[in-house]
Amino acid sequence: MAVAQAKYDAAEALIQAFPDPSFKTGKWATEARARALATFRSQGAPHRFDEYWKFTNPATLIDPVAPKASVFEESSGRPFSDIDRVMLVFVDGVFNPEQSDDPTLAGVEIEPLSEAMQADIHWASSVYGVLEASGQQPVHRPLAALNTAKACSGFVIRVTGKASKPVAFNYLHQDEHSDAMIHHVIKLEEGADLTVLENGPAAARFNKVIEIDVGDRAAFHHVRAQGRDHERRAVTHLFARLGRESSFKSFTMTVNGVLTRNEAVIEFTGDDAHATVAAASVGDGDFHNDNTVFITHDAVNCESRQVFKKVLRNGATGVFQGKILVKPDAQKTDGYQISQALLLDEDSNFLAKPELEIYADDVACSHGSTCGALDETALFYLTSRGIPRVDAQNMLVLAFLAEAIAEIEDEALGHDIQSRLERWMERRRT
Amino acid sequence: MNVVEDVQVKEGVDQETVDAVKSVGGKYKYGFETDIEMEYAPKGLNEDIVRLISGKNGEPEWMTDWRMQAYTRWTKMQEPTWAMVNYPTIDFQDQYYYAQPKSMAENRPKSLDEVDPKLLETYKKLGIPLKEQMILAGVEGAEDAPAEGRKVAVDAVFDSVSVGTTFQEELKKAGVIFCSISEAIREHPELVKKYLGTVVPPSDNFYATLNTAVFSDGSFVYVPPGVRCPMELSTYFRINAENTGQFERTLIIADKGSYVSYLEGCTAPQRDKAQLHAAVVELIAEEDAEIKYSTVQNWYPGDENGNGGIYNFVTKRADCRGDRSKVMWTQVETGSAITWKYPSCILRGNDSQGEFYSIAIANNMQQADTGTKMIHLGKNTKSRIVSKGISAGKAQNTYRGLVRMHPKAKNSRNYTQCDSLLIGDTCGAHTVPYIEVRNNSSRVEHEATTSKVDDDQLFYCRQRGMDEEEAVALVVNGFCKEVLQALPMEFAMEAQALVAISLEGSVG
Repeated sequence: MAVAQAKYDAAEALIQAFPDPSFKTGKWATEARARALATFRSQGAPHRFDEYWKFTNPATLIDPVAPKASVFEESSGRPFSDIDRVMLVFVDGVFNPEQSDDPTLAGVEIEPLSEAMQADIHWASSVYGVLEASGQQPVHRPLAALNTAKACSGFVIRVTGKASKPVAFNYLHQDEHSDAMIHHVIKLEEGADLTVLENGPAAARFNKVIEIDVGDRAAFHHVRAQGRDHERRAVTHLFARLGRESSFKSFTMTVNGVLTRNEAVIEFTGDDAHATVAAASVGDGDFHNDNTVFITHDAVNCESRQVFKKVLRNGATGVFQGKILVKPDAQKTDGYQISQALLLDEDSNFLAKPELEIYADDVACSHGSTCGALDETALFYLTSRGIPRVDAQNMLVLAFLAEAIAEIEDEALGHDIQSRLERWMERRRT
Repeated sequence: MNVVEDVQVKEGVDQETVDAVKSVGGKYKYGFETDIEMEYAPKGLNEDIVRLISGKNGEPEWMTDWRMQAYTRWTKMQEPTWAMVNYPTIDFQDQYYYAQPKSMAENRPKSLDEVDPKLLETYKKLGIPLKEQMILAGVEGAEDAPAEGRKVAVDAVFDSVSVGTTFQEELKKAGVIFCSISEAIREHPELVKKYLGTVVPPSDNFYATLNTAVFSDGSFVYVPPGVRCPMELSTYFRINAENTGQFERTLIIADKGSYVSYLEGCTAPQRDKAQLHAAVVELIAEEDAEIKYSTVQNWYPGDENGNGGIYNFVTKRADCRGDRSKVMWTQVETGSAITWKYPSCILRGNDSQGEFYSIAIANNMQQADTGTKMIHLGKNTKSRIVSKGISAGKAQNTYRGLVRMHPKAKNSRNYTQCDSLLIGDTCGAHTVPYIEVRNNSSRVEHEATTSKVDDDQLFYCRQRGMDEEEAVALVVNGFCKEVLQALPMEFAMEAQALVAISLEGSVG
């Protein structure tokens, strides 16, 4: 009882802590926000006794005040600098048009969330808060509901053909106490194709939701680099609904961050679709990285892949909670899930809960999870060939991460991520 | 199997094979009831009932106090709801907590010869003769077996009491104590006091606490240092009385360098109303000791509409206390309407080993949520988990497991494999493993697959003249092979046959 009360009290405090928008919201947005607020109130804030938060303590995520996070100077160039992209910059969660490119260059329908919310009727009403709400069952995701209820920042994007350039969100962090909330809505109409890139620490504390409605035969690519500003905290949710023969690919690289919880909630609603969710995480010390994935197969002949690799050292913690739910009629499902951790020293932790819940018989689902140290035999082999031990270690670590990086379809993006991970290895050498 | 009714004996097939097939065929064959006068404690649960059970067993005060503390705690606890099983709310006041055959109450028999023949007949019917005789690999008519046949000592528990224990004298010569737990509390209080509740503490969980308060009987085994128990030990649990819960408690202690293999079997009559069974099993393996614990659980599973059956809420845990100790759990779970059971190993001693082999079969409306926990605390500890879940009909089968590597459990290893097989599209198979690794010299590997019975394999069998059910049984037996092989000989045959029976009617 005490726990339930604590959850409700924390929820009320959070609702008070985040201001309502300074503009007047239109009918659809007002309703969507009210629904989400009711959901959040009924669920309460996450608590460390919640089964879904067993491995990650949400205390600092539900504190009404964001804990301080120092801002670091940008040392190396921003990720994706060599990619021809439309860059949209947010500073501490607020869109900054001066630093951004002209959004229309992407060849898609795009407008800030705040503008879409002021309209009384908007196409975004069919997605905003809708995918999030459907992802609230069977597991509660209160912080996503809070985001839907409170976010005023973000973009709504509608794509009808192939976007001419990737849309890149660049989240800058300048205020040590900033508490940012961003909500993007993306709708890919039949046959559309879009790549979204994301990078940057965003704020001292960052709560982000992206809802993606992938239409029939549409393709969505997502590459994200979360890094820098070690003291930052982030909780992100990716909600996707996949139509017939559509494709969804998401890759996340996480380096640094005392707390990162990335949830991906994907639902197959059309037959013959494909989804991949992959991540490579590397962290040191008080690094805590949580990947929580929930894939629901509710259509025939769909394929899902989850590939998660974590390299942890000096007491870092890696968490993986992955679930494949196959509904009774989702025959011919192919579900694959692998979660692996490489612990570079005695103090690091890997906590995993790879789950399968299957109600259809003609399926092939498998999951694997392994955890261990670097293979001494492989190290010995490399050092016996004259490679210094440190280099040999780095080679093996990169080889370990390669399986996840290989899930990035675009070669240039894959290289960008690869070089960033290489640099991380080098920085830590001293 | 439907081949049983009119078997056309083909040339070259001997009568023995036909009989063997007949004996495993048909419906749940242990569903009969023994018509015997019973003595019940009043219905419901309160302090008086706890005292009454303690009194019936002639327990010393410390034991009664222990039970009372557990009872007080239990009244404040809440039933766990996290398992993937659904059942109507249990009214804990609407059942009997103690039932014993009147003949056992009035004049406690001093030896097996004095036991009510009706009881002996029941066990004979179940294929468990309570005579001190050779029992050969589960084959009936073992009376004629050669003298070097294997011996199995049996403790027979009927509802709330132990009816008798065989081969006690011979075991005594080896120094092995094998008796009912109520007898152990009276005769060996020092051992019971030292070990009881040290693996599953009274506060452990809702059902374990309930068991601590009301357990009536069960088995007690103590194998002294350096002794290899000369025969297999077994307990056969039988629920007979209606509306009665069975709460047994088993405590097995393998002292330094000893070895014991223990078998457990369970059956119950066919009834429309569900019955509760909440057992606690504690195993303690000291230095260099080894315990092999095998279960064939065949409680009445309820009918195809989900009426009746046993609710099996069991806490089983082994403490590998000493260095180089080893515990092996093997279970074949085919019965029970609801199974909630996680035989676990605490690998405390350095170099200790835990193994878990399980086949869980759920058919019709059965629901099974079972698995294991391997808690690695000592250095160089090893564990291996092989779990095979089979779902048919409208059943739900869940593997739930935990592998935890403590920071101090350096150089430890775990290998987990859990495979699920679905027969038909109205059942479910689920896997919920928890993996927690807190040091890097340990290696944890977990693999799980879910699939259906392979069409090519079925086709191959059909082509060779098998009917569909036979073919499925054969493929399923192959799927379970790794676990079946881990069973002692006595059980392997029975288990193999059970796999076929439990899936009966699930094809087509």
